[in-house]
Amino acid sequence: MADYTPHTEEEIAAMLGVLGLDGLDDLFAVVPAALRLAGGLDLAPGLPEPDVMVRMGGLAAANRACGPDLVCFAGGGAYDHEVPPVTRALASRSEFVTSYTPYQPEVAQGVLQAVFEFQTLLARLSGVPVANASLYDGAAAVVEAVNLGAAASGRQGVLVSRGLNPSWRDVLGTFAAGTGHELEDVGLEDGVTAWGTATQPEPGVVVVAYPNYLGCLEDLGAVRRLCDRTGALMVVAFDPVCAGILRSPGEWGADVVVGEGQVFGMPLSFGGPYLGLFACGAAHVRRLPGRLVGETVDAEGRRAYVTTLRAREQDIRREKATSNVCTNQTLMAVTAAVQMGWLGTSGMAEIALRSARGARYCRSALLAVPGVEPLSTAPVVREFALRLPLSASLVVERLAEEGFLAGIPLDGAHGTDERGLIVAVTERRTRDEIDAFASAFEKAVR
Amino acid sequence: MTPAAGARDHLPPAAAGGRASSAPLLGRDTEPTLFELSRPGRQAWQLRTTGVPELPLEELVPAEHRRPSPPQLAEVSERDLVAHFTRLSHRQFSVDLGSYPLGSCTMKYNPKVCDAVAALPGLADVHPGAPASCTQGWLELLVELEEALCQVTGMAAATLQPAAGAAGELTGLLLMRAWHESQGRPRSKVIIPDSAHGTNPASVTLGGYQTVTVPSDERGCVDLAALRAELDDDVAGIMLTNPNTLGLFEEEILDIAAAVHEVGGLLYYDGANLNAILGVVRPGDMGFDIVHLNLHKTFATPHGGGGPGAGPVAVAPRLAPFLPGPRPVRLDAVDVDGAGPRFGWETPEHSIGRVHSWHGNALVLARALAYVLVHGGDGLRRVAQLAVLNANWLRTRLHGTYDVPYDRPCMHECVLSAATLKRTTGVRALDVAKRLLEEGFHAPTVYFPLVVDEALMVEPTETESLQTLEALADAFERIARQAAAPGGAELAAGAPHGTPVGRVDETRAARTLVPTFDARP
Repeated sequence: MADYTPHTEEEIAAMLGVLGLDGLDDLFAVVPAALRLAGGLDLAPGLPEPDVMVRMGGLAAANRACGPDLVCFAGGGAYDHEVPPVTRALASRSEFVTSYTPYQPEVAQGVLQAVFEFQTLLARLSGVPVANASLYDGAAAVVEAVNLGAAASGRQGVLVSRGLNPSWRDVLGTFAAGTGHELEDVGLEDGVTAWGTATQPEPGVVVVAYPNYLGCLEDLGAVRRLCDRTGALMVVAFDPVCAGILRSPGEWGADVVVGEGQVFGMPLSFGGPYLGLFACGAAHVRRLPGRLVGETVDAEGRRAYVTTLRAREQDIRREKATSNVCTNQTLMAVTAAVQMGWLGTSGMAEIALRSARGARYCRSALLAVPGVEPLSTAPVVREFALRLPLSASLVVERLAEEGFLAGIPLDGAHGTDERGLIVAVTERRTRDEIDAFASAFEKAVR
Repeated sequence: MTPAAGARDHLPPAAAGGRASSAPLLGRDTEPTLFELSRPGRQAWQLRTTGVPELPLEELVPAEHRRPSPPQLAEVSERDLVAHFTRLSHRQFSVDLGSYPLGSCTMKYNPKVCDAVAALPGLADVHPGAPASCTQGWLELLVELEEALCQVTGMAAATLQPAAGAAGELTGLLLMRAWHESQGRPRSKVIIPDSAHGTNPASVTLGGYQTVTVPSDERGCVDLAALRAELDDDVAGIMLTNPNTLGLFEEEILDIAAAVHEVGGLLYYDGANLNAILGVVRPGDMGFDIVHLNLHKTFATPHGGGGPGAGPVAVAPRLAPFLPGPRPVRLDAVDVDGAGPRFGWETPEHSIGRVHSWHGNALVLARALAYVLVHGGDGLRRVAQLAVLNANWLRTRLHGTYDVPYDRPCMHECVLSAATLKRTTGVRALDVAKRLLEEGFHAPTVYFPLVVDEALMVEPTETESLQTLEALADAFERIARQAAAPGGAELAAGAPHGTPVGRVDETRAARTLVPTFDARP
């Protein structure tokens, strides 16, 4: 048995003596005897750390990680962008890693200032003035945006573009069972949302993705006009990398901007921990979910930071809180601040531009493969959708054998059958990799 | 070689390993922001040479979608970036620096081996949308963790998707809702004790239920008579933390469970305080139907300054068909020769749907499994024993210096009160907290639970040594003594000194909101 407790047997005996107890079991005398586990937990005996590393290493070896042996062309909400050593090093500093939520600001200025900088960076990128300290992931951010939108508009109806990530849409549906929001899916035509087919006359919220799940650029001007006409709040799920070269959601008139921040310094991580991005207009700040860091001063007038507008939050407002969020993904927000600092103004535009170039080159190469067709003609940036001559899952399996993670198969919700595939290309893909991928692709779809 | 016990009597006193008073905090200057460090034209990024044709932006993105100019972030060198965030890290208290007795948060030491596991490329670089044939190791890891958590809680099945405790709570409430709807009786109320965490009632509202609050009795536990008075067939269930937020075990739990079950309600276990009872008693054996765990508390995954956490939800057999999907599962032996995949995904028959974009905070889950493997069943039990020992030792030592409103054996934490101190000296719980920061300790949780006046909620955890507890107790006592001395109230109100900033003006932050650098006046 191994553990991390420092007590010597003599110390335990002395401490029990102070309490007037004979043994450690006596500490639990208040637990009804019938409930106490007689034989202990049915778990294997503890292992020394090196043995645990071997065991976990074995599990890791049973996966196929993205890298030279499995070149990543998959996206669908998780992207293989550069994670430089500097971001890894700073994000793993144990002062950031092993602290709790900054309840005592005088000894938490490190996390608080880093989050303040994150909020500023996200506000600048999204084009709206306020950003919170993070939510769990992209899906959670959409859920909170719809909650805010319904509360602000006083209406339960929500129009959701079919271009929203289908997993996020699923999460939205799960939580709507509790909130009672009436979700109406609005289908795609040639890759973009056909808003004219929506039936709700007075929705409270409209949700659209930019670019959408098929990689296509939606007409956000049309969404803004729809919201102006109906009084709905405009929620844009933006891609924060593509935002380096695209008009910002704020500029398009978004009321709430959400997204997935994994692209800023987090490895693929089998899906988590990622980073829910949430930003909005100043009008909605008192409905903001989760934590918000604000600048203030200390007793001597020096600049200081603190979590603020706390009266919105669950520990104070309880059942009337704007959200139940407590623990969020602060370390990921700090990581994103480091990564955005590393990218800077020029790097942010550069990774978007390079990804778009790679996607253009890859799309052309794959469309040259006999039997492969585009799923839409709408403009794309980093990701694009194809219709294959056979099952996309089968093609993905075949290409994995050849050393490529070919993309994410589409389900039936996107106007396609099991032959739809979305392919993503980041700034990390080389021309040689794309050429080899296209040539393997040609064999795989035969 | 272990020295004989007699030889140890002659050892000099050991120093406290958990006191951070020697941390070097250089200077008193404000750290500039990234934006103030920025100079146009500076660059830190370096990207791969790709050979991809360099088409101009104008050929890639239609004009109406193009950003007129790049987003203005900050332009710093890598050297300045590293210096900036390193200096910020020096302005941050952490478990690695010293004792963090923040009640209800279980800030124990986070073993480094778990970080090493999470950094394995075979775990960290796996795409969550890769086919199951490429992710067999991850699926096995998740199945193994689910089985371990079910063993620890005494439940039948679990979802690992919820990303934090509050997400687990809401997932549990939606499971409760789905269950009652399947029984044809939706119900409308959920009962919560007045000592509950704020996330409980907030989650109840989002779950579409009304909160009904029941009072604590004079012993600090659920008032069973008051509870019975609220129970009817419109009650969907009750949310309980056991031990509760006063650090006390709900001794009448079996009667509570019987009463709630009698009206067809379900029992929800808030796992915030599970550390107290690991391997000693299980929520499932107490009668709970739904249990969430905070892996970032009980299973030592680092809290990251406010997340990431992980809040798996384990359930009794009758609720398993409603769990979020898809779930990692062991596959039946499809291939006789055993060549096929052994693990896959399955969505339960009546699943409430997904509660996470992917599969949960996977790297946090991997850390938690490593923690379980290191400890084993006996090790986890010892964690609970020593956590409870430490809390009771501290309670006994500080009794008399501070009020102990519920003066009987506690579990993993004890709730003290500064009510008498405030009455006699004017020094409040908040001041005691700020003074502790000066002493080299993180403060306890203050003003919670709400049922205790001037509450100081202290959770030392099992990884703090007797010497650290003694130093912490000495600090608590010194603070009380100095509060009573002439000028004591002024000393306390001026605290903390020696920290990177002095007492922070929270009122001003809320009144004049500055949420970004660009919003500065």
